[in-house]
Amino acid sequence: MSETAAPGGAIRSVLATDCGSTTTKAILIELTDEGWRQTWRGEAPTTVEAPFEDVTRGVLNAAMEVQELSGRQLVEDGGIKTPDVGGQGVDLYISTSSAGGGLQLVVGGVVRSMTAESAMRAALGAGAIVMDAFASNDKRKPHEQIERIRQLRPDMILLAGGIDGGTRKHVVALAEMVAAARPRTRLGGGFNLPIIYAGNQQVVGDIEERLSDISDLQVVENVRPVMENENLGPARDKIHDLFMEHVMAQAPGYDKLMGWVGVPIMPTPGAVGLIMQTIASQKGINVAGVDIGGATTDVFSVFEGKFNRTVSANLGMSYSVSNVLAEAGLPAILRWVPFHIDEKGLRNRIGNKMIRPTTIPETLEELKIEQAIAREALRLAFIQHKEFAVELRGVQQERTIADAFRQTGSGDTLVKMKKLDLIVGSGGVLSHAPRRSQSMKMLIDAFEPECVTEIAVDSIFMMPHLGVLSTVDQEAATEVFERDCIVYLGTCVAPEGEMKTNSNVLTVQLTFPDGRTESRTMGPGELWSLPAEHDPGVKAVLTPLQSNLDVGAGPGKPLTKTLRGGVVGLVFDTRGRPIQIPTEQSVRVPLLEKWVDAMDEYPTAEGQG
Amino acid sequence: MAAIFTPGLTVTEHHIVQKTRQLPLEGEVMVSVGDMVKSDDVVAKTSLPGKVFPVNVANQLGIDPGRLSTYMRKKVGDSVTKDELLAETPGIMGFFKSEARAVVTGTLETISNVTGTVIIQADPIPVEIDAYINGRVVSVIESEGCVVQAMATMVQGIFGLGGETKGLIAMAASSPDEVIGPQHITADHKGKVVIGGAYVTIEGLKKAVEVGAAALVTGGFDYDEIKELLGYEVGVAITGGEDLGTTLIVTEGFGQIGMAPATFELLQKRVGKRASVNGATQIRAGVIRPEIVVTFDDEEVPEELVAPPEPVGITEGDLIRGIRAPWFGRIGTVSGLPVKPIKVGSETTVRVLAVDFGDGKTALLPRSNVERIER
Repeated sequence: MSETAAPGGAIRSVLATDCGSTTTKAILIELTDEGWRQTWRGEAPTTVEAPFEDVTRGVLNAAMEVQELSGRQLVEDGGIKTPDVGGQGVDLYISTSSAGGGLQLVVGGVVRSMTAESAMRAALGAGAIVMDAFASNDKRKPHEQIERIRQLRPDMILLAGGIDGGTRKHVVALAEMVAAARPRTRLGGGFNLPIIYAGNQQVVGDIEERLSDISDLQVVENVRPVMENENLGPARDKIHDLFMEHVMAQAPGYDKLMGWVGVPIMPTPGAVGLIMQTIASQKGINVAGVDIGGATTDVFSVFEGKFNRTVSANLGMSYSVSNVLAEAGLPAILRWVPFHIDEKGLRNRIGNKMIRPTTIPETLEELKIEQAIAREALRLAFIQHKEFAVELRGVQQERTIADAFRQTGSGDTLVKMKKLDLIVGSGGVLSHAPRRSQSMKMLIDAFEPECVTEIAVDSIFMMPHLGVLSTVDQEAATEVFERDCIVYLGTCVAPEGEMKTNSNVLTVQLTFPDGRTESRTMGPGELWSLPAEHDPGVKAVLTPLQSNLDVGAGPGKPLTKTLRGGVVGLVFDTRGRPIQIPTEQSVRVPLLEKWVDAMDEYPTAEGQG
Repeated sequence: MAAIFTPGLTVTEHHIVQKTRQLPLEGEVMVSVGDMVKSDDVVAKTSLPGKVFPVNVANQLGIDPGRLSTYMRKKVGDSVTKDELLAETPGIMGFFKSEARAVVTGTLETISNVTGTVIIQADPIPVEIDAYINGRVVSVIESEGCVVQAMATMVQGIFGLGGETKGLIAMAASSPDEVIGPQHITADHKGKVVIGGAYVTIEGLKKAVEVGAAALVTGGFDYDEIKELLGYEVGVAITGGEDLGTTLIVTEGFGQIGMAPATFELLQKRVGKRASVNGATQIRAGVIRPEIVVTFDDEEVPEELVAPPEPVGITEGDLIRGIRAPWFGRIGTVSGLPVKPIKVGSETTVRVLAVDFGDGKTALLPRSNVERIER
C-alpha cells in the first residue's frame, strides 16, 4: 500500500478523465486494502459541440456516471468535489485531452530530412498533430508555402533550422517567410500565435527582430544543436506549456476545467507515449502500441530503446471514418467483412457514422463492419509509422555523420516485425470490443506480426489517465497499470517468409503446465486458436516445414520457446504475410467465416448476413 | 428527473437566432448596435492582403545580401508595378549593370540584409460581408463585424455542401417520404430554396443546379454520389467551400430516409418566405451544422415564444430520432431511462433508453444512438 505525498496531503482517491474527440472517459482510482486499484468507470459524449459548447458538461456527465455506480459523491456545485472527506469526493482530479482536434502544429526547418524532421519528432513526441512541415529545400515555391501557412491556422508553429553556429541565411529566410504569412491562431482570441524557435542559437537576435512583433515568440534550445545529436526535450516541454496557456485556454469550457485539475492537462497522445516507454523500459522489450480514436490514430514504438510516435491525423473511427474509406478504398474494407453486403449501403452506413460520430454499433452486422474499418485504419496508420520511424529517436541520440545523412523516410525502419515482442492496443474499438478475441484478431490482421509476438490491450482505455497519473505518482500508476489496465490477450505465432500453397507450413508441439500435450501440423491459410494461461505459459516446439519460413530461429529452423497465453490464448497463423485473402466474394466470405470460427470471434446464431 | 445529454438538431418554429458576421481580418464595421439590417446589407468590409512574393534580389544582382540596401531603388512601403525597377548595381563605367525588377504589382513589404530577399505583397483583395439574415444588430465586434439577431424559424440539417445563399422557399415534394428526381425540378425553382422529401437522386440535384436553384433540402442523399458531384470524396465532414451552384442540405443522413415530419411541416408552413441557407458543416470541435433560417420580420410572434430555449438533456416524454441501424430514421417517444447497462445485439454492454415507436412496442436503444428532436 502506498501513501503518496501530494499538494495538500496524501492521496487516497483520484478521478481521472480523458476528453476525447467523441467520448469523455472517467475512471475512479482508489487506494484499497490491496493497494491502488481502478474501481469504477463512466463515460459520456464529449460536449465541445453545440448546444453545450463546454467540455466540462461531458466531464460532469461522465463523473456522474461514476458517482451513480460507485456511490461516492464526485460532483458538487457544478464541479468535481475535492478533497476526499470520509469516502466522498476525491483527493485529486486529473485529465488528458484530445478534444477539439487535439494540438495542431506547423513545423519548419532548413533541410526537410534533418532539422525539419527533428522539429517534427519533437512536435509528435509532445502529442501534437503536424499539419505541415516547411523547409528551405521544400519543393513548393516560397509564395506557395506562405499561402499554405496562412490557410492552415495552427495552434502554434515550431521553427527549427541550422545547427548551433551553422547557417544563418536559411534560418532567417524561414523566419521571413513565416513573418510574411502573418499566421493566425486556429481558435482566434485576442492573442498572437505562439511560435517556438528551436534552431541555431546564434541567430536568435535575427529571429526576434522578424517574429517578435507578429507572434508570441518563445526561444528554447536547439532541437539539433549539432549534426549528430537531437535535443528534443526543451521544445517538447515548451509545446506542453503553450498547449495549456494558449490552446486549452481557448477551447470551449477548458478555462473552467483547468481550474479543476490538480496537475496540468496533458495531450492524450503525450500521456499514452509515456506509458508505452515505461512498459518497454521496465520489461526490456520492443513494443508497438496503437491508440485508435475517433479522429486520429496514434502509433508508438519503442525498438531497442528508441521511441517514436506518429499520428495519422485523418484515420479514426468516427469523425475520420469516411477518410478511412477514402484512403483504403472500399475493396480493402470489404475484404474483412464476413458476410455479403451491398456496396452502396455500406458507403451510406460509413457516411452516417461520420456525421453522427457518437453512435455505437447496436447490431452484430454493424459491429462487424466497424471492426473491418478498424483493421484498415490500423493497417494504414502502422504503415505510416514504419515509414517515419527510421534511424532516429524521440529523446536524444548519438550517431555518426554517415548515419545522420541516412535519416530519410525511405531509410531502414526501426520497426522490425521479427523483433517485435509486444503489441499493445488501445482506443474504443479495441478496448471496448465485446469479445477480447475480436481485439486480438483486429490487431493480428492489421499489424501482421511475424514469428512470435505477444498481444495485449488496454482493458477499458485508461492508458492516457495513467500516463498523466504517473507524473504525480509513479507507484500508483504502475500498480493500476499491471492490475487493472493491461490485459494480456495471448501470443500470435506466424511464420515469416513466402509460403508455398501446396505443402504444409508448420508443426506445433505444445506442453501445458499440467503435462498435457497437444500437437498439430498446419497447412497454408489456417488459423488455430486455443486457450492458454499467461503464467507460466506453454512450452512450444515450432517447426517450419518449408525451408524459407522463419518462426524466430532462422529460416527452416525449429524454435523452442515458452509462449505466454492470456484471456484469448495462443493463435497460430499460417495465412501468410501479407495475409492472403481471395478477392472473389463467394470464395472470400466462407474463408472469413472459417477464421471467425477459429477464434470464436462472433456469436454464430445471427449476423452472418 | 433523469436526463441524458446527446447533442441534437434544432428544428424550431420560433427561435431567437443570433448570427455572428465576422471579417476574416480586421476592417471597417458599417453598422451600429440597434440598426435594423436586411440580409443583403453589407455590415463590414476589409481588404485581404494580397499574395506575397519573395524575390532574392541579392542573388539577381550578384551581391552580398548585407549590401542590398545600397542598391535598392525602392524602400519598404513603396508601391511597385510589375516589371518596375527594384534595384540595380552601377556596373563598371556604366557597363555590366545588374538589375532586379518587380514580379508583381503591389507594395514592398521587407528588404532583408541577411537573406537578400525582398518581399512584395500584391494588391489587397476587397472583401465584404452581408448581414445574412434580416434582423437587428445587437452587438458590434470592434473592427471585425457584428451580431445580428432575429426571431426566425430555424432548421438545422445534419450535413451540407456549399456555402451561404438566400431564396424564397418552394416545395418540390408533397410529402416527407417522396423521392425527388429531375422531373420534380422546374425552371420556376430558379433562385429558390427547394424543399424535397426522403431522398434526392443525383439527377434531381444536377437538375436543381442546372435551373439555378439557390438550395435543395432533402432528407437523404447517397454518400457515394458526393464523389460524382464534387470529383472527390468528403473524408472528413468539413464543408461549405464547395462551388456547386446550389447549396445542398441533408436533414437526416445518407441513404433514403424520410424527412422528419416536423421538419417537413415547418418548412412547408414557410413556403414563399425568404430563407437564408448555409451548407457549411463541421463535425469537429466548434461544430457547425447546415441551416435554414427564415426570419419573421414584421410578422407577429407570440410573446411567450420569445425566450431562447435552454439546452436540456433527453428526458421521458421527449421525441427522439434513431440515428443508427436498426432504428435509423425512426421517430419515437422516450418512455424510460433505465440506469442499469444492458447487452445489445452486438454483445456491447451499454446504457439504454426505452422508446415507444407508436406501434405498441417499446424498444431499448443505446443512449448514444438517439438524438432529441427540438420542439
